[in-house]
Amino acid sequence: MAMEVTQILLNAQAVDGTVRKQAEENLKQFQEQNLPSFLFSLAGELSNDDKPVESRKLAGLILKNALDAKEQHRKLELVQRWLSLDNSVKAQIKACLLKTLSSPAPDARSTASQVIAKVAGIDLPHKQWPELVGALLSNIHQLPAHTRQATLETLGYICEEVSPDAVDQDHVNKILTAVVQGMNASESNNDVRLAATRALYNALGFAQANFSNDMERDYIMRVVCEATLCPELKIRQAAFECLVAISSTYYEKLAPYIQDIFNITAKAVKEDEEPVALQAIEFWSSVCDEEIDILEEYGGDFTGDSDIPCFYFVKQALPVLVPMLLETLLKQEEDQDQDEGAWNIAMAGGTCLGLIARTVGDDVVPLVMPFIEENITKPDWRQREAATYAFGSILEGPSPDKLIPLVNIALSFMLTALMQDPNNHVKDTTAWTLGRMFEFLHGSALETPIITQTNIQQIITVLLQSMKDVPNVAEKACGALYFLAQGYEDAGSSSSPLAPFFQEIVQALLTVTHREDAGESRLRTAAYETLNEVVRCSTDETAPMVLQLVPLIMMELHQTLEGQKLSSDEREKQNELQGLLCGCLQVIIQKLGSSEATKYVFMQYADQMMELFLRVFASRSATAHEEAMLAIGALAYAAGADFVKYMPEFYRYLEMGLQNFEDYQVCAITVGVVGDICRALEDKVLPYCDGIMTQLLKDLSSNQLHRSVKPPIFSCFGDIALAIGENFEKYLMYAMPMLQSAAELSAHISGADDDMLEYTNSLRNGILEAYSGIFQGFKGSSKTQLLMPYAPHVLQFLDSLYMEKDMDDAVSKTAIGVLGDLADTLGSNAGPLIQQSVSSRDFLSECLSSDDHLIRESAEWAKLAISRAISF
Amino acid sequence: MAPHDLRRPFKRPAISDQQRRRELSLQRQAQNRLDAQHHARRLASTLLFLQPPQSDPEADPEPDPEIAPEAEPEQVTSPSELDVREASKLKGAQARKWFARQLMLPEWMIDVPDQLAQDWYVFARPSGKRCFVVSTNGTTVSRLRNGSMLHRFPSALPNGARTRDASGSAQSYTILDCIFHEADQTYYVIDMVCWRGYSLHDCAAEFRFFWLNSKLVETGAFDPPSQYHRYRFSLVPVYNCDQSGLSAAYTEPVPYVKDGLLFYNKHAHYQTGNTPLALVWKDENCSQYVIDTDSKGQVPSQQQVVLELQDNGNLTTSDEPHVVFGCLDGDFMQKSGLCCGNLLRFAISNGGLSFLDGKLEKADLHYLGKSNRARAFADSYSKVMFQYMARHSPLKVDDLLASINSSIEQENKPSDDQEMVG
Repeated sequence: MAMEVTQILLNAQAVDGTVRKQAEENLKQFQEQNLPSFLFSLAGELSNDDKPVESRKLAGLILKNALDAKEQHRKLELVQRWLSLDNSVKAQIKACLLKTLSSPAPDARSTASQVIAKVAGIDLPHKQWPELVGALLSNIHQLPAHTRQATLETLGYICEEVSPDAVDQDHVNKILTAVVQGMNASESNNDVRLAATRALYNALGFAQANFSNDMERDYIMRVVCEATLCPELKIRQAAFECLVAISSTYYEKLAPYIQDIFNITAKAVKEDEEPVALQAIEFWSSVCDEEIDILEEYGGDFTGDSDIPCFYFVKQALPVLVPMLLETLLKQEEDQDQDEGAWNIAMAGGTCLGLIARTVGDDVVPLVMPFIEENITKPDWRQREAATYAFGSILEGPSPDKLIPLVNIALSFMLTALMQDPNNHVKDTTAWTLGRMFEFLHGSALETPIITQTNIQQIITVLLQSMKDVPNVAEKACGALYFLAQGYEDAGSSSSPLAPFFQEIVQALLTVTHREDAGESRLRTAAYETLNEVVRCSTDETAPMVLQLVPLIMMELHQTLEGQKLSSDEREKQNELQGLLCGCLQVIIQKLGSSEATKYVFMQYADQMMELFLRVFASRSATAHEEAMLAIGALAYAAGADFVKYMPEFYRYLEMGLQNFEDYQVCAITVGVVGDICRALEDKVLPYCDGIMTQLLKDLSSNQLHRSVKPPIFSCFGDIALAIGENFEKYLMYAMPMLQSAAELSAHISGADDDMLEYTNSLRNGILEAYSGIFQGFKGSSKTQLLMPYAPHVLQFLDSLYMEKDMDDAVSKTAIGVLGDLADTLGSNAGPLIQQSVSSRDFLSECLSSDDHLIRESAEWAKLAISRAISF
Repeated sequence: MAPHDLRRPFKRPAISDQQRRRELSLQRQAQNRLDAQHHARRLASTLLFLQPPQSDPEADPEPDPEIAPEAEPEQVTSPSELDVREASKLKGAQARKWFARQLMLPEWMIDVPDQLAQDWYVFARPSGKRCFVVSTNGTTVSRLRNGSMLHRFPSALPNGARTRDASGSAQSYTILDCIFHEADQTYYVIDMVCWRGYSLHDCAAEFRFFWLNSKLVETGAFDPPSQYHRYRFSLVPVYNCDQSGLSAAYTEPVPYVKDGLLFYNKHAHYQTGNTPLALVWKDENCSQYVIDTDSKGQVPSQQQVVLELQDNGNLTTSDEPHVVFGCLDGDFMQKSGLCCGNLLRFAISNGGLSFLDGKLEKADLHYLGKSNRARAFADSYSKVMFQYMARHSPLKVDDLLASINSSIEQENKPSDDQEMVG
């Protein structure tokens, strides 16, 4: 039943567009007419050594795409389609694939490896193709090297594709044995050894049991360490990659090997070629990541029940590790600051040094200071830059007590360097280091300020001057100013030390946004972001100047909307600028809208501003939409009921946002804005609710929408109900069943991973906020009896949440509040029901004695409402 | 399988400003949702629903009588939930109901409590407008019992003016229970509800009065008016309700016009709404307004009462449980277009009130019409009774003095129970 497809496959890669199109059409028809025959034909083509490599590769690729897709919904369809295929056809296809692994053509083998892994990804979790692992392992010993190589590669892909619980331990043991043997120095073929080393990287996740066994772990570690010494660069690099993966997956098993690994990595950093040295540094960065996580989680306070103890590997290696990394800092590349994709040993070493400072704190300082002192005034720019970078790197982690005396000395030196150093690279790093000083050592939480009345003038003068430097330096100067402003964010309504410079700073930032070269080094973005932070942290005294910004920014936005004919490249830049300007207006709206005095004056611009935002929706950029939507939400909050006049025009864009499944961020933000509008308009939102509810219900039923948008949609039901009260009646019959089934699903958490728990809790919170809003919305209306039929289920949901014992504090607070809202609204009618529920007794009393005052507050409310409901 | 990308962020802040904008928006929305929820829970539970603002042209016809209009027995708003700042946004009837529930309202004294001398304070009530005075965030606002604002002004109360007041947060508020006396433009402070954010609801009157005396003087609120202190505050002399205390309150001259005497039980908490642990008593010597006047300020020839119509036709007081004064038949209700919940005004005709075993048995009522719509509640039993007694057989100051004497005599009498010492 296989068909001749070679020519079609070759035509599909033809240079001639007409030929190509025709071939693609033929393939599509074939697939639609007879899928099993189509897939089998492709497998046959791939496995046939008499066919041209080009047609074989494309056959494999089409086969692979018939099994898997990026998009979740499509992926599930493909899985179902494969599972429902006739077994005999599948067996024939699989045989072809396995046969291809022995082909002399490397491309055909490699393609087959990937297709086999995709099939395994579907079959193994469904207990299909049980003979696969056995068949592959039988290849390992007897066949030519290229088959062994392809087989190991296939095992690697399978481990990447399949989750560990789909493979039984016996098979895991066999796979690991084959892989580690393939890595062994006794394997003479480098291709085989490389494939085995890369396979191990993917197989490490399967090796839990084997890493718990001392003998097996010792063996694996020995082989990996030996492979790092292999003459073949790619094998050394892959072996170090394995070490990096082991350091995060099996951190707690590293102790016996850490000394050896240190020696290996130190040698590699000093002597080996860059790709290997980078992996060696990454090993220590990864150990730092682990120790930072452990120390953050337990705060360094270890009790018997903490899961993984901190072994302080970094601290122990510190005296040798730090000098080794300082050496790397001197190996900068020219112009690495202008190259977005750059990554070299100096950058990796500096990044690792920063992580070390966060891991060990104060201990790093005395090890780094001599290097800085020795190099910072040297004539060679590399030495000055390395010293500055080292200083910037250690500013996060050590205590302010330790750092502030040093920063007080360094600050004026850095300011001078930023003005006078002849080297751009040095200036870039100097500005970055100033930013780090302000980020970590400046703010109301610190007792001794590094910025004072005496030096603030100089600091600002230098930063503003530096904003006229080359783009990469100017961008860092903007960043430093960002953190300088942020440090004053708690100034509140009292006077800010930045106030006297406010006008000058804003002027300088606006000038930067207009630079010809502001598109380089994300300079324009940095300038707007800094402007935003300066506005956010401003105080009442500069409010008039913030107000003056409004027409300026509006004018800029207006100019981007004037219709010139633009190339797609120009349009993209235009959209980016629109996003930045909308973002800036959003920040200003939030700032000025938060005080009655400024809001009043500011609202005179509301009409024009709204008109501009609506015009931004005409562009096709998701980022611009998102920013405009956020700004409109802020405007609705500031305008209150007056926002109603914008609704007739705005509504269609609101609906558009709610329909935007593809850019789910836009959808999520629009859902949030619906909430803003409900609170602003209250019952005046009623005329728009039919449309909004329809769209929200559609969103919930769609399996294309990203799941993270669903919890806010439920919360939004609550916002709507609270706004329109008993008018929510007509939506009850749609909303309640949805809430009910979501509640049932979310009552029990499937799978134990943290992400799922977090998501489930956010879903629960959304559902509960919906119930809360609905009950409160109906409070006092004559239609409360409409809610009675739903009360038993709501109480059951609360009870089951209580029994599950895996709510977070936010959910507890909302849940106990819902109990109060239910009692409050339904009153004595629900009295008996409430008294029967576990929630009204155990859950309530637990919440009443909670440590969290927000939970207690909600519980007090519930207690009061219940006591009234049952006293009648 | 290609090598994995190991680039880490280099010289970049960890968070983008765009992400920050998004998060700040989400935070604001979550906070607003929480506020809306709070609003619904705190206020909607006291008020049946919120109406659009309505003007309120008709003032309460009574010259600020101490009626006790609490209609529901449960204390709907627990003291910790009292938030005058939120309530000040309410309008019309909702505001009246809310504020009326926040003040402690004395019942009228229709018989003399035991242990008056031991357990009670007495003071002469200043004639004027009963109000809340709230100081917070650099300003002071006084609100009448119906929620309408009397004055907004700077004062020397804590956070009462925009001056540099180092002590405590500007957000914390102070609430005083006052009577504004027109003639000398002075706020007479009769009780303290909240001091610098610390609620005194659960404190006994004894403590509240002590606190009032010791704290207020520190603020300079008693000083004469100035730029940052527009109205003077003053205390009223409070006496133990023994013979000399009662006489002093009744006869001693005070800088204000008296309007009856107020009696506060020393052990009673500041209980919002109607309470028998605070009592008001008046006679012609210490008050211009003993007998209720009508809307024109005239004393009507017959006593008038306002009663609430129940669904079974019963006419009841605002007390809980209701006291039934009479009943309307269905025909009459239908003809007059009356329905359950209406507040109706009646005159007590010649038949008067008759009692059996100390309980009201019958009232001779004559229907006058619906009450002024500014009224939030029906009259309380104690008010109707006090007014009735004032017209027929008033409780005199001598009766009060006699009651104090008799309890002293009783105390001095040798006890009949003698402890055996063998």
